[in-house]
Order: sequence, then structure tokens, then C-alpha cells
Amino acid sequence: MAEMLFWLIAALTIASAAMVVLNNQLLYSAIALLFTLFGVAGLYIYLWADFIAGVQLLVYIGGINVLIIFGIMLTNRISSIRLSQTNVQQGVGGVVSFWLLILVSMVITKTPWYQTTSAEPSSTVREVGTLLMTKYILPFEAISLLLLGALIGAALLSREAS
Amino acid sequence: MTVDFIFDGLNQLFPEFAGNDIFLIIAMLLPVAALLGFITVYGFGVIYSEIKVSSFIQDKTGPMGQGPGLHAGKWGLLQPVADGIKLFIKEDIIPASADKPLFILAPFLIFIGALTSFIAVPFGEKIIITDMNIGIFYIIGVGSLAVIALILAGWSSNNKWALFGGMRSAAQIISYEIPAGISLVVVIMIASSLNMQEIIAYQAGGLFNWIIFDNPFMPIVFIIFFISVLAETNRTPFDLPESESELVAGFVTEYSGTRYAIFFLSEYANMFVVSAVAATAFLGGWQSPFSNFLNSPAWGVFWMMSKTFFLIFVMIWVRWTVPRLRVDQLMHLCWKVFIPIGLFNVFAVAIWIVVRGS
Repeated sequence: MAEMLFWLIAALTIASAAMVVLNNQLLYSAIALLFTLFGVAGLYIYLWADFIAGVQLLVYIGGINVLIIFGIMLTNRISSIRLSQTNVQQGVGGVVSFWLLILVSMVITKTPWYQTTSAEPSSTVREVGTLLMTKYILPFEAISLLLLGALIGAALLSREAS
Repeated sequence: MTVDFIFDGLNQLFPEFAGNDIFLIIAMLLPVAALLGFITVYGFGVIYSEIKVSSFIQDKTGPMGQGPGLHAGKWGLLQPVADGIKLFIKEDIIPASADKPLFILAPFLIFIGALTSFIAVPFGEKIIITDMNIGIFYIIGVGSLAVIALILAGWSSNNKWALFGGMRSAAQIISYEIPAGISLVVVIMIASSLNMQEIIAYQAGGLFNWIIFDNPFMPIVFIIFFISVLAETNRTPFDLPESESELVAGFVTEYSGTRYAIFFLSEYANMFVVSAVAATAFLGGWQSPFSNFLNSPAWGVFWMMSKTFFLIFVMIWVRWTVPRLRVDQLMHLCWKVFIPIGLFNVFAVAIWIVVRGS
């Protein structure tokens, strides 16, 4: 049943991702993105990454998707609640996507994937936290500084120039 | 936890089909069905207490009055039943200019958000549907579904009041998630776990081992958390999204009948979830306040329920005594008062933990 559920989640992710691109209403695309992100969170659970799945829920659905919906609603050219979405340069986009697909397929097939046979770890959060505070402390702090800089920059830019 | 228990029970009951996938599905669906029943019964109970508490506090004559015809049933006990029947037999109206699919989706989305949070709520020592490693984090995560549902409800109604309500609620919930999250970070630092049962296990041994009495900063953290979740559940004094005097009924203006009932029920279900999280994180969950006295699994359910319902009572109490805030006061309270104090608390408690030694 676990395998069946996996295919179900994968199908949900891909179908809703296709809807994000192909739907002709902007808000529907944003809502379809919600289901895509939800599906990705489900896939993380299959990789035993429960903490990352939680982060996905909190940051991508609770933060970024809400921000996108806010962005759509705060655009000043709203005449009705049905905002249309158009796809331009479909030919070029198709060619780029096709070659990207080939590239990703090659990466997937050529990479010597690290495979583990050990059982599911009892707690991933503790390991993630320990590694972040010891081995990866420098990247962690660098990202914190970058985000702080972005935050201050956004606050500065959103103030009206005097 | 409970899912595994039911699955093992089914396997032992029918050994010839042991390990069957259907058993696993049954084991997952049974607790969910029980939850739906619980939410419905709890909904009736809490609506009744809301009516009663409000009449005691505001000295209302209707629900308090004596004699036949003034209230439904003895002590007005049938009032929630009458309300429920009224809501379910009302006509289901979808406005002609509304965005129909999103209008239908929004109540489902908010109810899914409320229902899925219940999965990680520890009702007792053994009674928790899934004892996740990331329990408390998971509840915060699925709680964010409500934001999207409220924006959708406001937008798809194609009504100015509804849109204002939806936008206000989204801004409010996103803002108050931060102080609530920061407060829970402090709890996670003290218990050094995200698992609900481990957080409760840390608080074993009576009243003074509860996290709220762990160090001098914790009562402040608890108050910040409680006020923030009050704002997150859109309760008065933070009910700006549906303030009747300005916005008719906010994001639920266009909803009627069953769909309105689902919004209503989800709000009360969310109240239960946040109260249960507060009870778990600060008030010892199912632990007895008297160390080993009255501390069996059955009493555990009693203690958990008492703490949760006490916090729900406080929410109702606040609703009928405190007037509504203005929008600027709401944002001022969150960004300029709670977040600085919350961040200071994280820092202070971190030093406290290091000095005390774990």
C-alpha cells in the first residue's frame, strides 16, 4: 500500500504542477501550487525527512504560497475576480523544457546514488540540529546573515523614498 | 500510536489475514471517524457553553430567563441542537458572481486544516493518533492551511466586505504565527524535543515541574503564546476579520447553511487544538498536578481535558469581557510588543538553560 500511496502522491504533484502552468486563471494556478507543494512534502516523508516535510508545509505553503496569493490580490489592475494568465513564447519554452528534461534524466540515470539499507532513524530532528550546529555551522550562519540582509533590504526598499 | 494499536489488534483478531492492507486502512480511518464524532459533540458542547457563559457575564435575559418559551429545553440545552438543525436545513446559496470552485473549496480546506491538526494532539498517555517526532512542528505547519482557506473564502465570494475580512484575517494570522512560534521555540529548547509525548514526559512530577514554572521567564512566554493563539483563531478581542459593526460578517458574509456551519465548527475545532497545544507545551499535558496522585492513564485523559477546557473557558471569558482592538493596535501589539519580548525570552531562557545545565 505504501507504494500505491507513493504513486498517488507523485500523480497529485505532477497533475497539479501541470495545472499551475496550463491553467488560464491566475488564482487557480496559485491554488494548484498549494497541492504541488503538499505533494512534495509527502515525497519528503517517503525519504524519511519528516523535519524537511514540516518545513515545506510551514515555509512554502504557510509563507511563500500565501505571499504569492497576496501578490496576486494586491496587483492594481484587478477588474474582476477572474484574472487571466497567458503563456508567452511557448515554442522557445517548450524547447528549453525538453532539453532540461533530457539533462535531468541523464543526471538521474548517471549519478551513483548513495543507497542505504539501514532502518529508519528514530529521530531525524536531533541529527539535523546537531549537524547544523557543528559541521555546517558556517553555511548556516552565512544563510542567516543573507536572510537578515534581505529582510533589512526589503524593509528599506518598501519605504517611500523621501 | 493508536493506529498501530488498532492494526495489531485486527491482526491478532484475524490471524489468517494478518498484515492485510485493508486492516491498515481501517486502522487509519477508525480514529478519524472517532475524531469527526468528537469534534461534532465538542462543537455542540462548546457552543452551549459560549451561550451560557456569555449570558452569565453580560446578564442577558434571553438565555438566562425562566419559564417556558424563553429557551429551548431545560437550561437551554437544546439551543445548540436547534442552531445545528437550523443551519443544516437552510438553503445552500452560492452567489451568482462568486468564483464557484474556490467558493466550494474554501470551507473544505479550513476543515482539513483543523482536522489534520488533531492527529498529533495527545489526549492521554496512549491516546494519540500518530505520535510524530515533529508533532508540535506539524501542528504549526498544517495550521497555515487556514490562512489560504480564509483568503480564498474572502476572494471567491466577490464581495468587498468578504475580501476585507479575508485579507485582515490573513495578515493577522501570519503576524501572530511569529510570536506563537517563538514561544514554542522556548518550550522546545527546554524539553529538547518536538515530540508531544516527550514534551509531556519532561514535565512529569507535579505542578512545579510544568514548563510554565520551569524558570521565571516562562509565565511571560505562556501569556504571549496564549494571546497570540487567541488572535490566530480570530477570537474577540482579535475578531477584526468578522467584526459585525464594520464588515457585516467578514469572510463568511456570503456563506450560508452547511458551508457556514463548517467555518463555524472549524473555528471551534481550532480553539480546541491551540488550547490542547498550550496545555501540552506549558501545563503538563495529561500529567497530574499532584505528582503520582491520580496519575493513571484514565486520569490522564481527565487532566488533559480539564486543562484544555479550562483554556477554552478562558477564551470564551475573554471574548465576552474585552472589547475589540483597532487594526493598528493589533499590528502594534504583535510586531512592537510581542516579537521583541519573545526574542528576548528565547535569549534569556537559552542562557538560563546553559547556566543551569541540562
